[in-house]
Parts: sequence; C-alpha cells; structure tokens
Amino acid sequence: MHELSIASAIVATAQKHAGESPVSLVTVRAGRLRQVVPDSLEFYWDIVTRGTVCEGARLELEIVSAALACGACGHEWTLEQPHFRCPECAEGDVAVVSGNELEVESIEIEEEEEACIAST
Amino acid sequence: MHRKHVKVLEDVLDANGTIAAANRDDFDRAGVTVINLMSAPGAGKTTLLERTLRGLEGMRAGVLEGDVQSTLDADRIAHLHVPVVQINTDPGFGGECHLDANMVRSALPSLPLEQLDLLVIENVGNLVCPAEFLVGEDYRVMVSSVTEGEDKPFKYPLMFRACDLVIVNKIDLLPHLDFDLDRYLHNLDAVHPGVDRLLVSARTGEGIEAWRDWLIRTATREPAPA
Repeated sequence: MHELSIASAIVATAQKHAGESPVSLVTVRAGRLRQVVPDSLEFYWDIVTRGTVCEGARLELEIVSAALACGACGHEWTLEQPHFRCPECAEGDVAVVSGNELEVESIEIEEEEEACIAST
Repeated sequence: MHRKHVKVLEDVLDANGTIAAANRDDFDRAGVTVINLMSAPGAGKTTLLERTLRGLEGMRAGVLEGDVQSTLDADRIAHLHVPVVQINTDPGFGGECHLDANMVRSALPSLPLEQLDLLVIENVGNLVCPAEFLVGEDYRVMVSSVTEGEDKPFKYPLMFRACDLVIVNKIDLLPHLDFDLDRYLHNLDAVHPGVDRLLVSARTGEGIEAWRDWLIRTATREPAPA
C-alpha cells in the first residue's frame, strides 16, 4: 500500500514541473523489479490528485522489463522469475541493466496562449 | 489553450532520497552507524533487539521504533535504558506501511546522536514497502523467521535484494516445523546471490553473539577478522 506515497510523490513531481498549469497526462516508467501495483496506484491517483493541478489528469504507466547482465560470462537476459544467478554460468555477479526505474518520464500541460505571451 | 509536452525524467522518490541524504549527513557528522531493520510483522525484530542490546558491550546504541500505532515496542526497549524514540505512522489513511526519510528526520531532534555509536531503526513490519524508501541508513538488515516459509525470497524479492544481511530467526523452532532450511537458503541465494546470512534464535540466544559481532564490526568499520 505504499502506492499512496508513490502516487503523492508523482503528483509532487508533476506539480514542480507544471507550475500553475493544469496537467492532462502524467507518464510514469516503472521497472518490473519495483513493487508497484498498477491498480492500487490508479486508485490512489484519483484521490491524491484532488484539488491539485493534476486533478482529472490521466496517469499512464509504462512497465519496463527487467534485464540482467552477467559480470562473469557477459550473458544478457530478461528476468521472468526472481532467479538472479546467470542461467548460463550460474554466477551470482549480475548487474541490473533495467527494471529498477521509477520515474516521471513526462507530463502534458494545458497552457493558455495569452499566458504564454505574457510570460515571455 | 494548447497542450505542451514536458520531459521530466525525474525519480519519483527523488524528494525522499534528498531527505535521506540529509539524514545520512547528520548521522555521519555525529559518527553514528545506522541500521535499517526490516521484516514481516511478527518476525521477531523487537525481541532480537532486546536480546542483542542487553549484551552489547562497549557500544552506545539507540533505537528508533516505527509502528503504525502504539508505543509497545519503544516501551520494551526503554526497559534496557537505551535512548529510544517511537514514530507512529497512523495519521490519515489508516497508517503508512513504512518509514520514510522525512518521518525519520522529524524524530532526529529527540535522539542524542552525538552520544551514540549505533542507531537501529526498526521499520514497520512489512515485506514490501520499507524496501522502497531509503531513510539515510548505512546498512539494511532484514529479519526472516523460519515460521514464514521457504518461499518468501521468491515472493518478496525486492526486500531480500535490498538488504546487506539476512538474519534467519526462530531457529529454535526448526524441530517443530516442516521448514526446510537448506531449501530456504538455496532460494535466498537464487534471489540475492552471496548475501550475508546469520542463523539465530532471539528466544534462546543462539547465534546472537555472531550478530553482535557483525554490528560491532560494521559500527567500528574495522575489517572482519581473517
């Protein structure tokens, strides 16, 4: 249930970059190795965005697969089960190439034309 | 009105990470080594701490207790005449399931950091959420008890991978359980190859001396004896 904290943190991040402008879309990249439950995140998203610039914004979650590389034999593979030893040489010295991400990739904001001119 | 796409590329937990780094700076300045102790509810973290701190000679330890509610754990630790602060995570949504860096930061003024060598932060009992939130610790230790089953490393890989040491607790119960210790250790090794592990019983005291040695070694930052 830390999705509540994660959802709040996503709103705070989006707010920082949106300023006063309403946000219509927030895209988040979440690695498979992170324990983020999409349904739970969506549930809290609707609650924590209320009264913020993100109210009504769509949350898009991109799941990033877990890719590992063996430090001993160089074998690279996509993790399906949580077995972190190299399937080729059984070494445990493996590096996580992807799958640990949890980042706000981008946001889409609604800007008034006049406001743009006024601010420049 | 027009829509504008803004690249962000920012870690969601960046704000937590910044506060965790500030905590870490404070800990380093005070010369205190900090352990983030994590486990499922009921794995025996508090009993382990009671047993450990009672015989921890020559080291000034403090404890920060994290629970959703109550001061029960802090009361137990206070009996050992060790500085202890309780954090309750309950305001709002039925209580946060983990400690975060800001909660720990808010408790720091209540702890005599300058007078401590070791601070143990006992996290909220939970095998999922605490692994996501750094609090400024030097080491992460998890307690995994044999009553929880051999398959737990596969079910909660993030937690088992996030820790520097796994303490396998309640080994005094092994004769009464179907728990296959070899199988468990094999599963642990598949999820976190080569992670340090200690077999202990907080109830009987078996293995506690090795755990105290681990703490003393890490707190004094001396290399392990050959």
